[in-house]
This record gives sequence, C-alpha cells and structure tokens, in this order.
Amino acid sequence: MDQRRSHIYGVVGEFEKPEVLVEAAKKAREAGYRRMDAYTPFPVEGLAEALGLKSSKVPLVTLAGGLIGGLGGFGFQYWASVISFPENIGGRSLNSWPAFIPVTFEMTVLGASLFAVFGMLAMNHLPQPHHPLFNVHRFQKHASSDRFFLCLQANDPKFSVSEAARFLQEIHAQHVNEVLDD
Amino acid sequence: MSDAKPPVNSLDSPGIQRLTPVLGPGHTYVSITDKISAIVLTRPTSIGWLAGFAVCFVIIMMLMVAIVYLIGKGVGIWGINIPIGWGFAIVNFVWWIGIGHAGTLISAILFLLNQKWRTSINRFAEAMTIFAVMCAGLFPLLHAGRPWYAYWMFPYPSVMNIWPQFRSPLIWDVFAVSTYFTVSLLFWFVGLIPDLATLRDRAVSKPLAIIYGMLALGWRGSARHWQRYQSAYLLLAGLATPLVLSVHTVVSFDFAIAIVPGWHTTIFPPYFVAGAIYSGFAMVITIAIPLRKAYGLEDFITMRHLENMAKVMLATGLIVAYGYFFEFFMAEYSGNKWDVFLVEQRLHGPYAHFYYALILCNILTPQLLWIQKIRTNVILLFLMSLVINTGMWLERFVIVVISLTRDFNPSAWGRYSATFWDYAVLIGTLGLFTGLLFLFVRVLPAISIAEMRELVTEVSEEHH
Repeated sequence: MDQRRSHIYGVVGEFEKPEVLVEAAKKAREAGYRRMDAYTPFPVEGLAEALGLKSSKVPLVTLAGGLIGGLGGFGFQYWASVISFPENIGGRSLNSWPAFIPVTFEMTVLGASLFAVFGMLAMNHLPQPHHPLFNVHRFQKHASSDRFFLCLQANDPKFSVSEAARFLQEIHAQHVNEVLDD
Repeated sequence: MSDAKPPVNSLDSPGIQRLTPVLGPGHTYVSITDKISAIVLTRPTSIGWLAGFAVCFVIIMMLMVAIVYLIGKGVGIWGINIPIGWGFAIVNFVWWIGIGHAGTLISAILFLLNQKWRTSINRFAEAMTIFAVMCAGLFPLLHAGRPWYAYWMFPYPSVMNIWPQFRSPLIWDVFAVSTYFTVSLLFWFVGLIPDLATLRDRAVSKPLAIIYGMLALGWRGSARHWQRYQSAYLLLAGLATPLVLSVHTVVSFDFAIAIVPGWHTTIFPPYFVAGAIYSGFAMVITIAIPLRKAYGLEDFITMRHLENMAKVMLATGLIVAYGYFFEFFMAEYSGNKWDVFLVEQRLHGPYAHFYYALILCNILTPQLLWIQKIRTNVILLFLMSLVINTGMWLERFVIVVISLTRDFNPSAWGRYSATFWDYAVLIGTLGLFTGLLFLFVRVLPAISIAEMRELVTEVSEEHH
C-alpha cells in the first residue's frame, strides 16, 4: 500500500449537510472508489454503512479486557489468600469466594474500560499529531465545526487526481482540494 | 432521515416540553461551536470569575494549612476518639462520593436511555464527578494518619510478604473508588476528544493550539474513528452504569458488614445508592443554575433540564424516605432490643436535633417539588438544592455518629463533636471542589460541542 503513495494523499471535497455527505459517499462507492474516508464534526448516522466500513472491533477488545480484569482480579485474590499467604482464622475456608466478588467486579469493569478506551485509540492510530488533511486550510477551519468532508485517497487503484476532482464536483462538492502528503 | 419518531422524554410534562425545548431555537453548527468555544477561547476573564476563584483559592490555602497541621500533629486534632473513630472523615467521604454519582448517572444511564436532555449537562456533571471523587479520596487518605503509606492498601509485592485483606469492605472501597475515578476520568476524556479538536482548530494563539492539539490526540473526525469512538463510548456508558451502583453499594458495605446497631441492615445498599443520586442531582442543580446565568447558557441548559433534574430529585428523595421508613420499621418489627434502642436514640437522644433537621431537609422540603411552579422557579430550585445537599450530609452524620456513640454496651458510649480542624478540612474541600470547577469552565468546554451539533441536526429534523 505504501509504495503507491506519492506526494498526493488524495482529493477532498466539502459538503454542507450530513445527509448530502452520506449520499456522496454512497455515490463514490457506486462509482468504484474503495479507499476513501469521510470527516465530520460529529458522528453521522448511516455514514459507516455508506462508506462500507466493517463493524467495529471495539466490543471484542472490551470483552477481552473485562475477562482479563475479572479472571485476573479473582485469580489474584485466590492466589494471595489461599496459596501465597494462607491464614487460618478459626477454621474459615481460605477460598471465601463471595468476599472476593466486589474486587473481582471492580477489576472486570476497570479492565474492560481501559481496553475499550485504549483499544479504540490504538485501532484509530491515535495519538497521531499530524495528518496530510491538516494541510488543507478549509479542513482545518471547518472539519471540527460545521462542514462535512469526503476524501478520495490516492492509494485507491482507481484514483487519479483529475478524475477524482471531477467526480467530487459532479456530486456537488464545494471547495474541492488536493491533499498534499508531505 | 428516518421516519422513526424521536424518543419521547417521558420525564417531561407536556407543557414544559412544548414551551422549552432541550435547545433554544435558531441554533446552527457554527453558532453552537462559537458560543461554547468562545467561553474558553476568546471571552475575557471576568471580574466575577476572578473574584470567585480568589475566594476558592483562599479556602484551598486554608485546606493546605489544615492538612499540614494534621500531618504534623496527627489525627488527634480532629474530634475523633474511641468510640467515634471515624467522625467527619467518613461522613464527608460518603457525602462527596455520593455527589459524584449524579455525574455518572447523567452521562451513562441517561445516555443508554437515549434521553436527549442529558446532552448539555453531561460534561460539567462528569467534571463534577471527578472533582467530587478527588475531594472524597482526601478523607480516607488523611484519616489514615500517615497518608504517605496509603499505597499499603494496594496489593504490591513487598518485603513484608503479606497482602491486603481482600475480605474487608475497606479494601473493596479502595478498589471501588479507584476504579470509579479511573473510569470517570476515561469517560470524561473520551467525551472531550472531539471538542479538544475543535478548540485546537479555533485556538487564537499558537501555544493554545499546541496544548489543545496534544490533548486532542490528532482527532480529525474520520468516519472510521467515529465508528470505533461511538462503540467505545457506548460500552463505557454500559460499564459505568453498574459501576456507579456498585461504588455506593460498596461504600454502604463499610457500614452494613459491621454489626453495629443501625448499620447492619440489608436496606443500606439501595438506600445509599438512591441517596447518592439524590445529593448528586442537587449538586448538579447547584452548579448549573449559576453557570447558565454567568455565561448566558440559558439556550443550552433550559428550564426543561432543570425541571427534569428536579423530578429525578423528587423521585430519589422518595426512595430515600422509603429507606428511612424501613430502617425504623425493620427495627421495630424485628424487636431486636439494640435496634429498637437506636431508633429511640435517633428520635430522643442527644443528636435528635440532627435527625429532625435531616427529615426536614431530605423528606419534607423536597415535597414542594410536586408543584410545577416551584420546579420551574430557578431561585427556589437553587435553594432547594442547597437544602438537600445539607440534608444528605446530615444523613451520613446521623448514621455514623448516633450508631457509634450508642453501641451495645453503655460503658462504651460516648459523645462526638467536631473541632475547628474538622470544619477546616470540610470547608477546604468545598473550596477545592468549587475552585476546580472554576478552572474547568475556563479551560475546557463546559458543554459538549460535538453532541450539541448532533442535537441541532435532530432538532431541525423534528421541525420538518
């Protein structure tokens, strides 16, 4: 994928309304574009489907975190109370599991939450201070405020700058810009 | 886009729903972004802010003095002694933790229930949670006497070769509160990321752009990112919901697991959780009313928000009243002589006036909230929230002090009164909490900009 990269990252077009962006993304897919992304100031319903994104893996990662936290939490308490430092207090059972449940529960939630957040960031490749799109002045000014962007990327096999720019204009994008990859 | 009707806010009375929407009319993406980010980026620091922060700063310095003196002299400067080993420290700890709970409730449970009115209040309610948990955490830490050994409560391999007692509610507390703090912080930060990106892009100076830029982690609003982000946010909400219930349950276990009369009851966990939400909503109202006034946010935090919060207070207040009633009922019905005696002590003992004040603050006064005119009167609602916060503090005082001063054995009875330093730390944490809130509204968006933009889209769809 990387060797296809040239000094152009892609071509970005701007839309005024979220519904129009969703329509544009659908049209771009119908026209055969595959490597593209949309950028919006808030999550837009139906956009992931329009772009043909696969479902998120965050839930799976979160489940893994919860299992690690829960099993680890219980396992540690068991190990500490039964194996590492068994204390005979009036013959009470060493594995007094009901008393271990609160900590097990908290560790489950902690593990799941940490995995959910850091898993989400890792899969998004964040933190990533710079991105070629930040070179586009209008993107910097409006993408986090009031405009909706569709970027056709140069690593798409179908991509050519003039083609992509014409296509975006055809689907009524405003301010079509080249995105330089420096 | 879809034909599905927007979810009905079941809490709203029809009149209020018609007259006051969750968002004032005429707002666009730009106006929302401008108005909320301007509070942080362009608005000059007002005299009112400086004066308020100065007062908090003085109180925080008093807290510092109180803490230094405490560490120098030991916990003997507080009013605690045997049989009242806990005193203000636990009263304030439970009170602060409880206040935090409304923030999580608003951000997590109302999110799962798809209640749109949560949007403009969740951010500062989450901030309130974090600051309240920080204040709460101070108390057990200071009460430990040697706060620098607090890490002994965590299981770490040491030359002492022992582990914390995992069967003790106090260790459960350590895990519950630290998990709660961590998850609340994560939830808050994840919610902030898109807004930090907005601030980065609109920052008026380079240093600000760099600071907000680093905090925003390079967020660019990609659809792929949003998809995972939403998934993570929803999961966090789902995780925070049982967490918040577990935290105050574990806090109530500190009492309920003990055999002290008045503590050893099964009603404690639900009644503590309800009390926590009750006082937390009161605190959200205490903060929301001056905030919307000071920054002209009446369009965003509308009457509908305040009225809904008042209703939640009324409902949780009734659950708390039910708890008080059943504490008494179970004591009398069981015929256990210590439990019966404790009821008498609450009604006629040396601390009876606290008990009656508690009933007045927590049970009687909030009944006024049945009247819509009072629910929608900003000043009365503000005063009511202060009364409820006081009442909830009194509740913890009554639970802790009356039971401990009237144990099984008359020879173990005692009296408790707080000293100057007890009050200094309590008031100090109030200053710390308020001071942190002052800083928060100045450097971070107090209302979620990204979520408000979503609301603009939804509101405009409703009008079509």
